[in-house]
Formats: sequence, structure tokens, C-alpha cells
Amino acid sequence: MSKKQDKKHQQQAAEPSLDFSKALIYTPAPESSAHIRLKKQYDLFINGTWVKPSKGGYFETINPSTEQVLAKVAEGTQEDVDKAVKAARAAYENVWSKMPARERAKYIYRIARLIQERAREFAVIESMDGGKPIRESRDIDIPLAANHFFYYAGWADKLEYAFPGKNPESIGVAGQIIPWNFPLLMAAWKIAPALAAGNTVVLKPAESTPLTALKLAEIIEESGLPAGVVNIVTGAGATGAAIVNHPDIDKIAFTGSTDVGKLIQKAIAGTGKKLTLELGGKAANIIFEDAALDQAVEGIVNGIFFNQGHVCCAGSRLFVQEGVADKVIRKLKDRMASLIVGDPMDKNTDIGAINSPEQLKKINEYLKIGVNEGGEVFQPNCSIPSKGYFCKPTLFLNTSQSHRVVQEEIFGPVLAVQTFRTVEEVIEKANNTPYGLSAGVWTDKGSKIFNMTTKLKAGVVWANTYNKFDPSSPFGGFRESGFGREGGLHGLLPYLNLR
Amino acid sequence: MASTSTPKKPTAKKTDVAQNNGQAEKKQTGSSRIKVQKTYKIFINGQFPRTESGRYYPLTLSDSSIVNLCLSSRKDIRNAVVAAREAQEKWAARAGLNKSQILYRLAEMLETRSSQFIEELQLMGATKESAIKETETAIDRLIYYAGWCDKFNAIFSSVNPVSSSHFNFSSNEPTGVVTIVAAEESGLLGLISVMAPVIAGGNTCVVLASESKALGAVTLAEVIATSDIPAGVVNILTGTRKELLAHMANHMDVNAIYLHSNKAEEIKEVETLSALNVKRARIEFVSNWFEPKEENPYRIQDFIEVKTTWHPIGI
Repeated sequence: MSKKQDKKHQQQAAEPSLDFSKALIYTPAPESSAHIRLKKQYDLFINGTWVKPSKGGYFETINPSTEQVLAKVAEGTQEDVDKAVKAARAAYENVWSKMPARERAKYIYRIARLIQERAREFAVIESMDGGKPIRESRDIDIPLAANHFFYYAGWADKLEYAFPGKNPESIGVAGQIIPWNFPLLMAAWKIAPALAAGNTVVLKPAESTPLTALKLAEIIEESGLPAGVVNIVTGAGATGAAIVNHPDIDKIAFTGSTDVGKLIQKAIAGTGKKLTLELGGKAANIIFEDAALDQAVEGIVNGIFFNQGHVCCAGSRLFVQEGVADKVIRKLKDRMASLIVGDPMDKNTDIGAINSPEQLKKINEYLKIGVNEGGEVFQPNCSIPSKGYFCKPTLFLNTSQSHRVVQEEIFGPVLAVQTFRTVEEVIEKANNTPYGLSAGVWTDKGSKIFNMTTKLKAGVVWANTYNKFDPSSPFGGFRESGFGREGGLHGLLPYLNLR
Repeated sequence: MASTSTPKKPTAKKTDVAQNNGQAEKKQTGSSRIKVQKTYKIFINGQFPRTESGRYYPLTLSDSSIVNLCLSSRKDIRNAVVAAREAQEKWAARAGLNKSQILYRLAEMLETRSSQFIEELQLMGATKESAIKETETAIDRLIYYAGWCDKFNAIFSSVNPVSSSHFNFSSNEPTGVVTIVAAEESGLLGLISVMAPVIAGGNTCVVLASESKALGAVTLAEVIATSDIPAGVVNILTGTRKELLAHMANHMDVNAIYLHSNKAEEIKEVETLSALNVKRARIEFVSNWFEPKEENPYRIQDFIEVKTTWHPIGI
């Protein structure tokens, strides 16, 4: 790049220098949904069969990119939850806890295989129900979900090796409540370790994304897993509360917001139930002057715009060292200008639909708050579909620690940008949050990486990468981001009693 | 007062001597010297203040003497948490070997002071035999956890074979500041059995000692103060659960709480208040602290956080 061009870029730091909206027109490349099998209406999956909800209520689940109804789903009541818990208890006492561990493993392996066989169908439904780009559901969500079952299946008959000097025992019935951002993957994160450890399950998928969990129930039915070992009860908050408060559940596992997590922790106080919480986050993504800047910019984009920013570990606070701040922000704006926002089913799409109108409203409120606080907004000049719930990728520049867009979890494609000078300063700023789920560090110096990764208060730290997940890798937070780990050897502990 | 304590006149005014352990001492030793009584204070940030509230509670000992212990307040807890927070990162940053040696040193010093602990346990009602057993087990337990400081991370860590081209490992970090509501029934061993693993893991703590068996806890504080344990790493308060339990559990700058209890209302209160800041609450009731199973590294794991680090492999 010539000096003249460089100067020009510096002057235009506030404006993107590239405009992909006109330069490159992509031909639509939609994934076909012709092969998927969706019923018009889904009942509850209890004790190995499909059961009508006790009060007869059904709610609609919509495609957030078209606002069209995909299916009707049963509204589980307290009575239904009770039925599911009874089934899970009976299955635990009579079948699952008595089955030799290696036989248990075979069922879990079988579920993994069946997901792999039907992976594309699952990916399509995941993108239709939740709005995430097909590229992500196809390449990340579904394969990871299958791998999670495969990984934990192998642990079932090896548990005594995981906890030296202890005799691990299953707990009983686990009540599991999962969010809408990674519907099938979260179901896998919850069910796979629970089953491997010898527990039975009552799981409630999120209200706005129940379909892949129900398709998983079909697979579980097909797998021949003994009736009652896994029960799927759909519904909204009241259904979740019925699970949390059910007296015959031994363990609650929840992934969702910190606010709801605190309510659950309070609700089960004194009941003796075990608990794991995977809650919110406001991760710092830190770019040092000596980082490989182009890679770092990719990492920033992946960190905050992956899954529309509906990620608890999203890198939603960017810290750029002052010396490279202008350059990084210019590169970031250029990169954002090339992002394609639109049809989740299109294989070229980078940012799909916001999961629900409620979530879009919340994000838009934060956009207003950010402006009112004095943040400088940047959004690329991209088009978004007229129908459906969409939000342009957004930067807030000139923010400071006290801004709400810096402190609070937005759960959308909104990145708050700050700069820093010294290592001590950025550690102080990065840790200045009640959350502690994840963090990112970008530098080419190894000793600096280890200094940072040691001092950042977060359960997952990505160095020179971001938003990577693996069944063998423990995930979970420090502080108000929750407790307990999911994935890896450490993910077994929440589902076992150590005698 | 001078008239009652003049050693040169052993027989004089004998009847004026107060009915306290000065009397007991005199009878035991046959000496006319009046024993110097200890003021039992609380331990915050390496110092021995009285409770800021100025209050006390009396504890009657087996020799009928009475000691006045600090009736600590919410403010004392808050001061102690400030000290514990201040000390935490530096304590955690010390090498495992260093922490190990510091805990071992504490055990060495307890050993040399063991007769005092044995005496105090007897004053609080223990038989000589059980007092010796409790003191010796407490010292041995400290040495046990001293040895874990630079080893538990190897047991509880993992290198994770992820499918992508990344190096990925999970290691352990302290949860942070821990409040400990120590066992009521086992004033010394019950306290050390929980405090030792908490600090071995790199946490700092604020301990509420046993109300009825508090002497050993205060004397332990005096030993800690002259050991190499940095100020603020261990803070020990005396007082009542009734008043302080809620404040131990609801403090927003405390990351975890240990409660020794089998009382439903105490457990519910602590768990409910812990939800305010997603505090980790470890609650148990141990009926026999002497059992070998009560001594294991999983007590360290209860107060550690697993951190997973990723880095790409490649150019």
C-alpha cells in the first residue's frame, strides 16, 4: 500500500473504504429444505412415546427469517413434567442404573451415529427454526452435537479412571433446561454426559427453538434407548420452573441468562439438588500491537458475529492497543462491509436472522442506549431482508468501561470497542465485569499469551483464535458466568457423586 | 490490683484473689505468681483488632474460668473480605512449591505449640487423650495439604485432544475469596480440615470459628500471624452464626462459601443468599473429622475453577 493510500485510509478511519454491496453481487445459493421431515404438530416425548399435553395447549414455532410458522409444539405443564420425572425415575431405578456401563455406551454411540446419518436434515431444521446461517449449523452445530454423544459414550465404562481414589456413582434424574442459541448442540451437551454417567433425563428445549430437540427425540426413539431414559418436554418459562421445582429431580443443569440462573439457584436452595449453571458473558477480545492483525480481525469478526452474536462466550468487548487501533478498526470496518446478512438458508450468508422478535427488540434497545451514552455507531452499508428479524453488524466506538453496552450482555451482533496502552491496564479492564466466561488474546509473543491467559478471569481463553468448541474441551465460567463444566473429563463431574 | 499480684508476698491477701484461672494456676503450680491472662482477639489482615463493634461473648471453660471472646459484626466480616481480596491474587501467584513450604512451616510451628492447643481443647471440655489426638491430627492434616499445593493441578488438569488443529489444555485456578463457616463441634481439626485445602488451592479466606470451641481458632490465628502466611490470606473471626451467617453468604465480593451444618434453615439461608452473585456454596456435615476419607484433594477441587486455554497449531 502506498503512503498516499495509507494516509487516505487514516483520514477515512470512520468510513469503510470498501463497499461490497455494489461491487460483488452473489447469486443466491440456498440449501434445499425439500428433504426434511417436519410434522405439523409435536407432542411431548415422555417414557418413550409421544404424549399429548395434559392441558391440551400448543404453541407455534416460527422461522425468524420468514416469520412463517414451522410447526405447533406442545406446551408442557406441571402435570406433564411430573409424568416425565416419574418415567425418568422408573427408568433410572429399573433399567439405566442397572445396565452394564458398556451397554449404556452402545446406546449413546448409536444416538451419535443416527445424528450423523441425518445431519443435513438437522442442519436445515436448525437454521429454519433458529435463524442461524446454514454454514454454521451444517459445519459446527450438528457435527459437534454428534461428536459430543460419541465422545461421552466412550466415557460410560471408564468413569473410575476420571476420578482417582474415588468411586463415582450416578446421581439419578437430571432436569435440564437449554437456550435457543445452539438448540441441538446444547441438548447434546446436556444429555450426553448425563447418560454416560448413568443418569436419566428430563430436558426442556427453548420455547423458540424446540424442533431439533424433538427430532432428537425421534432419533432416541429409533435408537431403542429404554423408555424414560430421555424425556423431552417442550414449553416456556412455566415448564422450566416445573422442572426446577420438581421434588424428585436430583440435579438441575441450566444454560441461559445470569438473571434466570440466579433465580434457579435461589429456587433450589435447601432442596439438596445438585446444580450446574452456564450463564451469560461479556468477553474481552484483546488485540496487541504485535498481533497478526489480519488474523486478529478475522478473530474479532468470528468472535462477535458468529451466530448473530447469540453466543454467551461472544467476544463482545474489543480492546485494541492504541498503536494499532486505527489500523485494526479500519480493517475491521472493511471486513464488516464484506459480511452478507440475510437468508440463513443461503450458503453464502455470514449473519442470519435474529432468533426472535423479542431478542431483536432487546438488541435495538441497546443500540439506542449505546448512542445515548455517546458511543459512535458504525454499521456497514449492507442490505437486510424486508421480512424476518435482522440486525446489521454493529460497532460502538469511543466507549468506556461505564457504558451499558460495555457492561451488559446484549446477545446480538454488537461490538463495543475500547483501546488500551499497557498490559496491566487491559487486564484490569478486561476483568472489570461480574462475568467470567471467556476471553480472547491476540499477540505473536508466547510469554505475553501465557501472562494474559493466566490473569484473565475466564473459564475459556482463546489465544490467537476464538469461538472454538470441542467435545473433549471443558467449557464453563468463573464468577457470575456460572459453575460446573461441560465437555471433556471435567464435564463428567456435575453428573456424578464421588464416594 | 497490685496488691493481689505482688509475688513477694505469697501468703498475703490470698483470699482477695479473684475466682478465676489465676486461682487455678496458683493451686496447680503452688507458685504465688498470678497468671497473665490472654485477651482473645480476632484476626484480620495479619493483625489482631478487637471487633469494631466493641462487643463480647463469654465462654465458660472447664476450670470454671471465663474468657471473653469478640462478638464480631458484619463490619468485621466486610473488613476481613477487603483484606482477603487484597491478598488473593498475590497468594495465588506464588509458586505451588512456595505455598507448600509455607503450609508446612505453619505445621512445624503448630507442632512446637501443640501443648497449648491440647490445653485449650481440654479447657473447652475435651479429655486429654482426645485433645492430643485432635491436635496431632490437625497438624498432620496441614502437612497433608501442604504436600498437595504443587500437585493437585497435575491431578485435576488435562490436555484435551481436540479435533481441530489446536493445542488445548485445562488447568485449575482458585475460585477467589472464600468464607468458611467452620464446624461448631470440632473447633481446631474441623477448621484446619477446611481452611488448609482452601488456601492450598490459592484462595484466601474469612473464617467464622466455632462459637463454643473458639480458643483453638484464635490461637491458630496467633500461629498464622508469626508464620510465613501473608497477611490477609487467612482471617479468623469469632461470634455467632445467628448474626453472621447471612453476611458470610451475601457478600458480593465473596466467590464461594463453605458451611458446615446439618440444620435445614442454615443451609437454605446460605444457598439462597449465595444466588445473589452465583456464589459456589459447599455445604456438608462431617460427624467424624478423624476419618481418613475426610482428607483428600477433592476438597481442594471444591474451590477451584477450571480454565481451558486454546491456541492454534501451525505457522
